[in-house]
Amino acid sequence: MSGEPLLSVRDLVVEFSTERGVVRAVDRVSFDVHPNETVGLVGESGCGKTVTGLSILGLIPSPPGRIAAGSIRFQGRELVGLPESEFRRIRGQDIAMIFQEPMTALNPVFTVGNQMIDVLRRYRGLTRRQARGAAIELLAKVGIPAPEARIDEYPHQLSGGMRQRVVIAMALSCDPKLIVADEPTTALDVTTQAQVLEQMVILQREFHMAMILVTHDLGVVAETCHRAIVMYCGRIAEKAEIGPLFEHPRHPYTVGLLESIPRVGEHEKEDLAVIPGMVPDLLHLPPGCRFADRCRRRQPRCDEALPELDGREDDRSRVACYFPAEPPT
Amino acid sequence: MTVLLEVRNLQKHFPVRGGLLRRIVAHVRAVDGVSFTLESGRTLGLVGESGCGKSTLGRAILQLQRPTGGEVVLEGTELTTLGPRRLLEMRREMQIIFQDPFASLSPRRTVAQTIREPLDVHGIGSASERDGKVEELLQVVGMRPQVMDRYPHEFSGGQRQRIGIARALALNPKLIVADEPVSALDVSVRAQVLNLIAKLQREHGIAFLFISHDLSVVEHVSDHVGVMYLGKLVEMAPAKEIYRDPRHPYTQALLSAVPSTSAARR
Repeated sequence: MSGEPLLSVRDLVVEFSTERGVVRAVDRVSFDVHPNETVGLVGESGCGKTVTGLSILGLIPSPPGRIAAGSIRFQGRELVGLPESEFRRIRGQDIAMIFQEPMTALNPVFTVGNQMIDVLRRYRGLTRRQARGAAIELLAKVGIPAPEARIDEYPHQLSGGMRQRVVIAMALSCDPKLIVADEPTTALDVTTQAQVLEQMVILQREFHMAMILVTHDLGVVAETCHRAIVMYCGRIAEKAEIGPLFEHPRHPYTVGLLESIPRVGEHEKEDLAVIPGMVPDLLHLPPGCRFADRCRRRQPRCDEALPELDGREDDRSRVACYFPAEPPT
Repeated sequence: MTVLLEVRNLQKHFPVRGGLLRRIVAHVRAVDGVSFTLESGRTLGLVGESGCGKSTLGRAILQLQRPTGGEVVLEGTELTTLGPRRLLEMRREMQIIFQDPFASLSPRRTVAQTIREPLDVHGIGSASERDGKVEELLQVVGMRPQVMDRYPHEFSGGQRQRIGIARALALNPKLIVADEPVSALDVSVRAQVLNLIAKLQREHGIAFLFISHDLSVVEHVSDHVGVMYLGKLVEMAPAKEIYRDPRHPYTQALLSAVPSTSAARR
């Protein structure tokens, strides 16, 4: 990727104070997002992917959470430490968020139209009539059939897939430059998920947006993203373009994840490859690599110090591992 | 192979009430005439999307929800007409594993109490024999016996699911209905639990009705796969065939919708 990044996250550290102590949910995470690209943030529960996404929108609940260090620059402007009133102007207009459960973003007592018209009037300065027209147009864009009728329905009258489309339409209404989508299709059935994802890919191109897709599903990443960041225990394990990542994964964790997924069309009633053990407790992290005690390539050096990402930011593939799998030459 | 379970034209309808007097105005046919057989020691995977009736079918087979019509024959005994006492006896043979390992374990019972409960209910063995059995079951599911006196909140999702599996195994059942047993688990843990289920089947000859929305998981564990849509089985075939050559248009749509990592199709 060339040119100026739209979003630049550097050495981000997010901490939460809990009864048992301070947990570092995100630990020195750095990445760039360029205009028009989709970046996947992928990992298992507790890896820090959602917290990273929330940080970008200034939505870390404080207390107990806080951004302890690092920088998040959006179009060159520093977002860390920005006062709430400034953040409100950025949220929705420049950066929008889509959550997993559409009902958290929709107000059950207002019609779809009312909620959308509100946003359009406030942020785009349209009249009520113009806003209604624009809302219908947006609903059509996200693939809602008969939008002129649907606009007067309440959220509970819509199916889960339709609700998520409405949320996407609302996110698009202010023409954001970046969308952070946190598990946007996880609550949907597989056929609906495929439709919504396809629509998101189309819209992302049409609206010239960048998108950060936070997900646990490597299949979703493979089908929608240009690049992906694999997180483990608050750290970036591997960061690569989609081709190299899935063809030649380098971090033993990525390799293990990919092997442990049963694939459709390869029916074998044999045991799946397994990553042994469990994710370590974030309060009692080892000094060395956090994946070491589950890793088959572990060597003494792995327990001594945390590995950092190799290479440079614009490399096609970067890995934080002393003994990564090397791609065939 | 002997037939363990035979389901004939099973139906489960739920009334829909409406109007001022809350009269029954319609019925939702959650399960609408399903028939199949399951051989002992085999796995039938049931796939479908939310609301297709797959979970209701599982519960209707176990008589956790009494069917509206049809027959369920387990080892020659017809279950739908059994009285409570005979049904309790038959429950030894059939158990269930639930999706949410956080909701299916009582937070106020220790691991040992949870696993022991079926043994207590059915009055099996002396107190010390039951304790020995709990220890044995924990080992079978890959947990250390030292965890016996701990409570569910002290465990991760994958470990809780192991505890739920140990409880389901306590009575040496011949049939286990597994309702989305790995859907709430992370990928790396999911593979561990799937392998555990496969091992139990090999070693104990248990038949599974494996209910899931996840086609790749179902393909991996099943001998046969049934696809459900609106309360009916629309296609049923050996797992290999249904994935290689799906015949019903709905099965084809389901399969083509699965996001795939071997994609990088872009």
